[in-house]
Amino acid sequence: MNFRTFMAMLGRDAHVARRNAIQLTFQTLLQPMLFVFVFGRVMTASGLMNAQYKALLLPGIIALAMVMSGTWAVTMPLISEFQFTKEIEDRLLAPMNIEWLAVEKVVSGMAQAMAAGMVVIPTAWLVMGGVTFAGTHMLLFVLIAFLVAGLSATLGLVLGCSIGQQHVGLMFSMVMAPMIFFGCTYYPWAALSKFPILQRVVLINPIVYASEGFRSALVPQSPHLALYAIIGALVVFDSVFLLFGLRQFRRKAIS
Amino acid sequence: MQVGIRTEGLVKEFQLAAPMGAPRKKKSDAPKAKVVALDGLSLEVKPGEIFGLLGPNGAGKSTTVGVLTTRVRPTAGRAWIGEHDVWQNGVAVKRLIGVVPQRPNLDFMLTAREILTFHGAYFGLPSAERRKRADALLDEFKLLDRANDRPIGFSGGMMQRLSIARAMMHDPEVLFLDEPSAGLDPQTRLLLTEMIRRYNARGKTILLTTHNMEEADSLCHRVAIVDHGKLIALGTPAELKRSIPGGYVVRVQVDEITDAVVNALRALDGVSEVRTTGTALIDVYADRGGTLVPDVVTAVTSSGRVIRDLHIAEPSLENLFLHHTGRSLRE
Repeated sequence: MNFRTFMAMLGRDAHVARRNAIQLTFQTLLQPMLFVFVFGRVMTASGLMNAQYKALLLPGIIALAMVMSGTWAVTMPLISEFQFTKEIEDRLLAPMNIEWLAVEKVVSGMAQAMAAGMVVIPTAWLVMGGVTFAGTHMLLFVLIAFLVAGLSATLGLVLGCSIGQQHVGLMFSMVMAPMIFFGCTYYPWAALSKFPILQRVVLINPIVYASEGFRSALVPQSPHLALYAIIGALVVFDSVFLLFGLRQFRRKAIS
Repeated sequence: MQVGIRTEGLVKEFQLAAPMGAPRKKKSDAPKAKVVALDGLSLEVKPGEIFGLLGPNGAGKSTTVGVLTTRVRPTAGRAWIGEHDVWQNGVAVKRLIGVVPQRPNLDFMLTAREILTFHGAYFGLPSAERRKRADALLDEFKLLDRANDRPIGFSGGMMQRLSIARAMMHDPEVLFLDEPSAGLDPQTRLLLTEMIRRYNARGKTILLTTHNMEEADSLCHRVAIVDHGKLIALGTPAELKRSIPGGYVVRVQVDEITDAVVNALRALDGVSEVRTTGTALIDVYADRGGTLVPDVVTAVTSSGRVIRDLHIAEPSLENLFLHHTGRSLRE
């Protein structure tokens, strides 16, 4: 690997992200925030929902915001740069093995997912009008955040190198929407116990482990998936998506 | 250090998947079309040479550039830039080459200056050097006044100039230009020709593809004519033009074409072919130009027709291509 080239490409992505920061923030954070306001504030203040729901909702919202922004940050540029503007070609011709360009995209997506997480936590806290957590595991929280950022960016790599430009809309309605709604983002996994088949099926959805992971770190006293299962699943999803994404990237880059 | 280019028996076949919804019985007999883009192409470009790949659309020119610039993996055969095998030592090759693509692929998220400075950064140039070179190139390519704009609103010619500036940014030893003059106005084309000559004068090797005869003729030291992925002819433009019999074309415009006038022209000494276009244009292919004119005049007037216009075309690469393939380059 050529470290200077790699860093220059990271610099380029950071430069572009800075330039589009406001747009990116609204794009990825507005929807989760609206959800937080309606369910975390309106529903709880009106008494329709238990105030404890706030603490169960926030971890899911962090997972959702991180996955959305990290995936978006990798997928959308890859789709347009590979197929439409071809602007990635300049970087494919830089003196570095092309796989490292895919890795660079993942690192840059992880950074953007982390940034989204960092923005969403205080904002959601404010919008909900305060949440109290007891017994938060800070170190576990950082580990989960890192794995979820990796998940979002590697998923972005797979989608960005597999989906045609004409299918972007379909991707959001057919892939992202079900993943979000069956990703235990708005409810804990334990809440699905009344639907035993669905409760098993959603386990193939990586977002489940992201949401449950943040729940296990922020509200450990509430029921959640076993910690070893969460971390194990996230590591496996990260690695599989990375390897598959690299393969798809190679196929796209070289004809 | 001057660097040459060599290919040996390059073959590239593309599998085209059938479009979605195409009729098929089983998945396994999905109709697949195989396109042979390169069919055993061997070339050698000398260090410091301006080399032209000439051929019609679909001849395999861009695929050849793709293979030599690490973007297309050949089905068979090998290619070298200098001493480096393109497929075993891709990173070393990428350091030596600069590429101007057929369609501009500029980074639309960056400004013109940033496109150059980031490109320099990818190649490890120090920051002060990047800025200096970027400004010099922007000035040279007359883009300084738009340096802080994004290329999204640039004209085709400006994008092309910026693409070339970017390819020169890391001062590569070998410059590839894929159809550099396609769609350019005459003024930009002139600037481009001058830039290519000036870059070559510094000892750099240049490979360009074109289907423009005049460009290949005036700019290239040597030209390879390719069609259907095969090498048809190779040499200096002058050598190539000398190699064809009947390389002259006398174009006559008459008041009306009749069988009599065509037959009379066909019967002339040294005429290999007579073709008519529309109702008044006759192309006479022959092995002589000026000396044929009196005979043409006699043949036409003795058939009772009147000459409106007459033009002699010297042997050209266009005629050469026609000679070898039976097709015009522009078809």
